[in-house]
This record gives sequence, C-alpha cells and structure tokens, in this order.
Amino acid sequence: GLAAMAAPLAAASDDMLTPNSWDEITTYNNYYEFGVKKGDPAKHAHRLTTAPWTVTVDGLVDRPGEYELTDIMSAMTIEDRIYRLRCVEAWSMVVPWRGFELADLLAMVGVKDGARYVAFETALRPDEMPGVRFPVLDWPYVEGLRLDEALHPLTILATGLYGKPLPNQNGAPLRLVVPWKYGFKSIKSVVRITLTDTKPPTSWNKAGPREYGFYSNVNPNVDHPRWSQATERRIGGGLFAGREPTLMFNGYAAEVASLYDGMDLTENF
Amino acid sequence: MTATLNRLARRLPVSALYIIGALPPFILLYMGATGGLGVEPIEALEHELGGLGLKALIVTLAITPLRRFVGLNMIRFRRAFGLLTFYYICCHLLVWLFLDVQIAGQIWADILKRPYITIGMAAWALMVPLAVTSNNHSIRFLGPRWRQLHRLTYGVAILGAIHFVMLRKGFQLEPLIYLTVILALVALRMVPKRKPLAV
Repeated sequence: GLAAMAAPLAAASDDMLTPNSWDEITTYNNYYEFGVKKGDPAKHAHRLTTAPWTVTVDGLVDRPGEYELTDIMSAMTIEDRIYRLRCVEAWSMVVPWRGFELADLLAMVGVKDGARYVAFETALRPDEMPGVRFPVLDWPYVEGLRLDEALHPLTILATGLYGKPLPNQNGAPLRLVVPWKYGFKSIKSVVRITLTDTKPPTSWNKAGPREYGFYSNVNPNVDHPRWSQATERRIGGGLFAGREPTLMFNGYAAEVASLYDGMDLTENF
Repeated sequence: MTATLNRLARRLPVSALYIIGALPPFILLYMGATGGLGVEPIEALEHELGGLGLKALIVTLAITPLRRFVGLNMIRFRRAFGLLTFYYICCHLLVWLFLDVQIAGQIWADILKRPYITIGMAAWALMVPLAVTSNNHSIRFLGPRWRQLHRLTYGVAILGAIHFVMLRKGFQLEPLIYLTVILALVALRMVPKRKPLAV
C-alpha cells in the first residue's frame, strides 16, 4: 500500500514526498497529442471524450477482449500512491495518484506462458486531438515494459489525482505510472494493452533511438545527449528554484534495482 | 499604402523603438516572479527571451528586402532591431547561466558537450562584434569592411534557428517555420541586382 511504498523515500527526506499542487500538476504537462507547449494539454484536452472508455487487451493472454473501463475499475483495488515523477527534460514533481496495480489487471486477463513484454497504445482521435495534425511523433503513441517491470508492485494504472478523477491533460481516463522511469514511459489515455514475446516499439525510441532507450530508467549517470541528467528542478519553486541531484531510479533503487542485475545500464539506457 | 507607411516610419523617432523594445524582459521577469509565466517560470522566461531574440532578428533581416522588393523603407530602424536582438539574447543567456543551469562546472561542460548549446553560444559570440560596431563612428572607421563584417548577421540568424530546431523534442513545426523564414530572408540577398543601363 501507500505507506509501504512511501516509507523508503520519506526516510531520505520529508520534503521529497510533499505533493505538488493541483495547479502545478494539471497545468504543466507533456501530452503532445494536444500540442507541444506545456500549457497546451490543459487548454485543449477537454475535447477528449473519456466515457465510455474501452481497453482492448490482446496478444498472449487467456482472456483477450474489449474491456469496459468501468468493469475493470469495479474489479480492481483502488488506492492512493504518492510518487515522484521525473521528466526526461530534467524537471520533476510529486504526484498523488489514485489507481490500481497493473499486475492485478494482468492477473485478471491471465498472462500466457511465453509473454515477455507488455505493449501499450494511446487513443488516436484526430477530431479531438489537435496536436496529431503534425507528425511530431509517429502517432499513435506507443510504449512498452518488460513483463517483470509491468508486474512490479510499484507499477500502477492511474485513474485519479488527489482523490479526484484524472484530468484529461494528465492522461484520463487511464494512464500508466512507472515511477522509476522517465515520465514519457507512463503512457496516457491507454486504449490497448498487448502481451507479446518480442520487445515492442516505443514512440520516443522510434523518434530518437540515440536519445531515448527502451528502458529509460531515471539515471543521473547517463546523460541525455543534449542535456545532463545529473540534476533536476522541482516544479513549483518559482523563479529562483535551485536544482537538486537526481537519484538513481528516481529514488526507487531499493525496490527496483534488482530487476536490472547484471545489465549494463549505459548500454541499456 | 507603402507611401503612407514610409511617411509614418519617418515620423516615429528611433528612440521610441529603443524604449519600447527594452521593456519586454522586465515585464517577463515581473510576470515570472508573480506567477504570470506558469508553474515553471525559469524555462518560460528563457524560452520567451530566446523567441524575442529570434523575432527581432527576423525583423532586422527583413528590412533590406522590404525596401528592395516592396519599397518599404524602415532602414532607420535596422540598427535598433539588431541591437535589441543582442539585448534579448544577452538576457536569454543570463537566464540560462544564473537561473537555469546555476552550477558553474556544468555550464562549461554543457557548452562543450551539447551541440545545440555550442551553436547557441557561437551565435551569441558572433553577435558581439556586430553589437560593438553598431554605431556611426564604427561605420566611418571601418569603411567598406563594416558591410563585410555585418554579413555575419546571416550566420548568426542561421545558427540561432538551428539552435531552436535542435533543442525541441521530436519533429516540431514552430522551429522549422523560424528556420524556413530565416533561410528565405538570407536567400533573398542572393537575388542578383539589375545592372544599371549603360549610358
């Protein structure tokens, strides 16, 4: 639960898990389907129809199909989780999510032997998403996790924020949250989840393979080719906010480092 | 229409342009300090100032072709727009140094290691001799070399636009528009002038 997840970080610093304000979390967003500026999603995402919402689950699962989000949610244990969020652009926030563990959904649909990865896809609605008129990325947005990353108890699908329904600009009605990875891994407005035996393509890796790897774990020792990842700026500090050191795996090393035992994280960035 | 605009331009004192043009960085700083630039004012301030610099540079570059191809004579404002460009880019650089990166050791590493910063710094450095010689005394002192020196503006503009294209993530429209406009304005300089008729 929340307390268990929060404890290791809270011990490091009380301030590290003080959530950002509702305004900060909902007006400073990267959701390129609604525009490339940070304020664009808050301006345009209201156009997205989020109910009814269906998630297609397919690939190597026992019970593939189109699942109504309301049915999924009534079957899941909904809880609040306060997580740090570190963007690949070297800023960060603390977000009080509400949601359920992805592992629980995967258990519900039944993962077949041989599945090794989970692929995700964002809705693509040109009528509702003004940003997709220009090929900033190869739409629809896609992401992927290794199965053990997807099954990790820190990995959640969020449906809410501050105990309220998720605002559209934050990825309503259903988004992934993987707190030890750069924010772009936490794909928004998920419409498809596919279990597969091959490593799925991911949007930013396709756009810039030198800059964005499949894993994209937060790592202060591996710089983005265009900027340093050693430090980050917490949103909300105003004009004179300093930078603070970025933590390995965004502060979740105790929980997730073992997933990458024996891997060269400079190679597998 | 052109004649009216030319008449208006003759009446507007250049000093007014300097005064109005000096204000935006102060207004932006005030907005940044009071929440008017959103929840991440440092990034917003840095980007707004860089954008102002590019816009002022585009106006500077447009003045000669406007006179040549449209007959619009804004030449008396060209120096002011050029110096305002330098002023905005100096502010942009100061925000990057003192509000954004902050860490002295990282600044030099960034300049050397990150191509878009190397390019941005090069563009700024090329502007220094242009700003220093943007006065009547330098024009008289340098003679024909002044024109040659100030062709550096084309290089500055192209480097500035490339800097903008490179810092954005993904394939974005806005910086490509800036690059296209700047390349077009530079290319217009290559349109051959009609030779005067032999008498």
